[in-house]
Amino acid sequence: MEAAQALADLTEISTQIKAAALFRADGSIDAATLADGTRFVEAARALLSAAEGVRAEPLVQLEAATADGSVFVVRDGERVVAAVTGPEPTVGLVFYDLKSCLRSSADEEAEKPKRAAPKRKPKEEGGNGEA
Amino acid sequence: MRRKLLVLLAAAGAVIASLAFFRRSGARRERVDLYFADGSMVSLGEGPDAERLLALGRTTLDAAR
Repeated sequence: MEAAQALADLTEISTQIKAAALFRADGSIDAATLADGTRFVEAARALLSAAEGVRAEPLVQLEAATADGSVFVVRDGERVVAAVTGPEPTVGLVFYDLKSCLRSSADEEAEKPKRAAPKRKPKEEGGNGEA
Repeated sequence: MRRKLLVLLAAAGAVIASLAFFRRSGARRERVDLYFADGSMVSLGEGPDAERLLALGRTTLDAAR
């Protein structure tokens, strides 16, 4: 699943999520639900970076809950997904949906090279064998 | 008469207590929950770290609008 499709699925599944972005730790954006996700991603990266300074242990996810809404950030290595919700979201459910989104976009990335090679060869060979 | 008054007072007390409970549980305080790779979690509600992270959280919320 492409990053944009993974985000589209995320916002369709989770009605609590108002905006989200998939990006890399270096700041490059894979997909965002916002027309210009740059400012949002930069702000989320600043939040993640500051949160990582709280403890030496690697941070995997966070929720910043304010009266206006919550910010969620989930990290898996270099890949990060950030999302915002309204106030008082179902925290466990939002984290679950964000992790699923991150996983589905990562799976596609890992499968791309695998899919490309074996599919083409059997088609060529199979075509000869069948005929 | 006295018994009725006690029942009324008890009922009023129950109503006030339940209102206070629901009001308190409904108003979630502002906080930042951090989840680490080792499975531990830290909830920051007060202090300089919490203020700094909440300010960044508000900036992120603003950026999403």
